[in-house]
Amino acid sequence: MKIVVCVKRVGVLVDDPEFVDDDRAVDTDYLDYEPNEWDLYALEAALRLRDDAGDGEVVVVTVGDDEAEEVLVRCLAMGADRAVRIWTDDLAGADALVVAAVLADVARREQPDLVLCGAQSADAAQAATGTGLAALLAFPCVAIVTSIELAPQERTAVVHRELEGGLVEVCEVDLPAVLTIQTGIDEPRYVTLRAVQQAEDAEIELVEPDELAEPGFRVRRLLVPRSERAEMMDGPSSVAAKIVELVRGAAA
Amino acid sequence: MPGVLIVAEHLQGELRDVTAELVSAGRQLSEQGGGRVVLAVLARDPDALAEAGRLDGVDEVVRVPVAEQEFNAEIVTAALAALIEAREPAVVLAGFTVNGMGFGAALALRAGLGFATDVVGCALERGQVVALRRFYGGKVEAELEFPQRNRVLLLLRPTIWPAAAPGGAAEVTTFDGAAPPPSVRTRHREFVAPPAGDVDITLADVVLAIGRGVGERDNIPRFASLADTLGATLAASRPLIDAGWMPAERQVGQSGKTVKPEVYLAFGVSGAVQHLAGMKASKTIVAVNSDPDAAIFDVADYGAVADVFAVAEELEKLL
Ligand SMILES: Cc1cc2nc3c(=O)[nH]c(=O)nc-3n(C[C@H](O)[C@H](O)[C@H](O)COP(=O)(O)OP(=O)(O)OC[C@H]3O[C@@H](n4cnc5c(N)ncnc54)[C@H](O)[C@@H]3O)c2cc1C
Repeated sequence: MKIVVCVKRVGVLVDDPEFVDDDRAVDTDYLDYEPNEWDLYALEAALRLRDDAGDGEVVVVTVGDDEAEEVLVRCLAMGADRAVRIWTDDLAGADALVVAAVLADVARREQPDLVLCGAQSADAAQAATGTGLAALLAFPCVAIVTSIELAPQERTAVVHRELEGGLVEVCEVDLPAVLTIQTGIDEPRYVTLRAVQQAEDAEIELVEPDELAEPGFRVRRLLVPRSERAEMMDGPSSVAAKIVELVRGAAA
Repeated sequence: MPGVLIVAEHLQGELRDVTAELVSAGRQLSEQGGGRVVLAVLARDPDALAEAGRLDGVDEVVRVPVAEQEFNAEIVTAALAALIEAREPAVVLAGFTVNGMGFGAALALRAGLGFATDVVGCALERGQVVALRRFYGGKVEAELEFPQRNRVLLLLRPTIWPAAAPGGAAEVTTFDGAAPPPSVRTRHREFVAPPAGDVDITLADVVLAIGRGVGERDNIPRFASLADTLGATLAASRPLIDAGWMPAERQVGQSGKTVKPEVYLAFGVSGAVQHLAGMKASKTIVAVNSDPDAAIFDVADYGAVADVFAVAEELEKLL
């Protein structure tokens, strides 16, 4: 059982941002970074499938600059067998279609039985990379998966696809397939500092694509949205008083 | 005539609400010079759904008979690619829903479409499509353009556009050119409804919803008893359900319950779009969050940049 898991180092905005590149990109000084939550669930699911199968390999792949290696290291510490990083400077700000295309080149070479992606990334939330990747690989795809049961002899999997309102569609999919993983599937395992330190010595393969696909869109301009904000109470005691007033009003 | 093609979303024999919202977005584009509004209904037996799809603002409902009644990503992608090739619409609209996530990017690649998801606004400017979406948990808005694309697929966020009314006069046609995909490798088995549970949070007049801001499992009893004293029903965002800290029936949001109480108290909830989908229609919303830029403040009536435990303490004193 060979499983490719696509992971991303996502930016978290820590302050009112400044924009660069003619207001087309966020100044990275305003970002903190962390592994994408959905991808950690995808990796956990992959590790369990590999371990239940008794043998196999989990390969983690990211598209990111050299700092993104910290996410790969985390994945190796969790138990991934191998890590690949795809990068060229032109990939900065790439959208889901561009990312899917460079991931497809690596996935094709790996010939996996299964490709797992997070359902979405926390920063861009396009929910598109996995579905696009499947199309490029000509694999079937099931998006927003909350349970996977493999039948390796039949080369199929029975998966739960979670729809709106928590309705679950149970469906069967032929392998190889791409699944996009929803949080909650299996709680990602805890990694010890020691495991991370050990993983830091592992070799990470670098793939440098020379041509990129057409993006789905181009950012014309970024702005900080000015929506109608809440009336702000100042401090815990005034908001508590407001809550009591509203709750008493609702009961009356 | 370029035109706007809308992909009707349906489930178990009913059009889903998002379909009528897509129609009003499509109508707006049409009024900006977008051409006819055509609603495509893909199903094994599309007749009844097509009839329901004759909403105000739709010029034509096209029935697209396909092998499966319910959504199947491969079948839908192949049929829509054929329909787009035949009709050459300038804009294709579908919902940013679990189904939309399942075929959107595949269709865009297959049909060579410009593509954006979770779109919250769109317009035609001098014949060119411009779309709005947000990044970084709603904190940055982006205007998107689609240079060098003749056709654009937009997946629109549900609950932004008003629903088109029923009772339009659309003509109903049939598209027979939807060749099946070479192989269908995903097979529907069954739908399983979420377990009912012992509380129905949708009935509550006051909901106290807690999010990841409550920190740890051990803090939940404190908010449970606070809810009790307030006469509120305790609910939560998805991460608390994922972690097994709260039962699924207490989850508010797109993949949980939609609630519309008199008062919704959001404690330590960031306001992700999927959470907002389940509570933004509440009558009065109060948000407590330590991050002054949290998106939850965009939908709240009252807010406080504060620590949830400090507010809990004040409430405990008052009650
Ligand atoms: C297909 C799909 C469906 C989904 N369905 C749902 C759904 O139904 N419901 C749902 O909720 N989510 C859903 N999600 C997940 C959603 O995207 C978010 O991940 C989730 O809502 C975040 O929950 P949260 O706000 O509790 O956590 P976070 O986003 O981590 O926010 C925690 C907040 O707490 C604040 N905070 C931290 N400590 C304190 C403190 N001491 N005092 C005050 N504030 C504090 C922080 O500033 C932050 O704003 C879905 C996602 C997908 C992809």
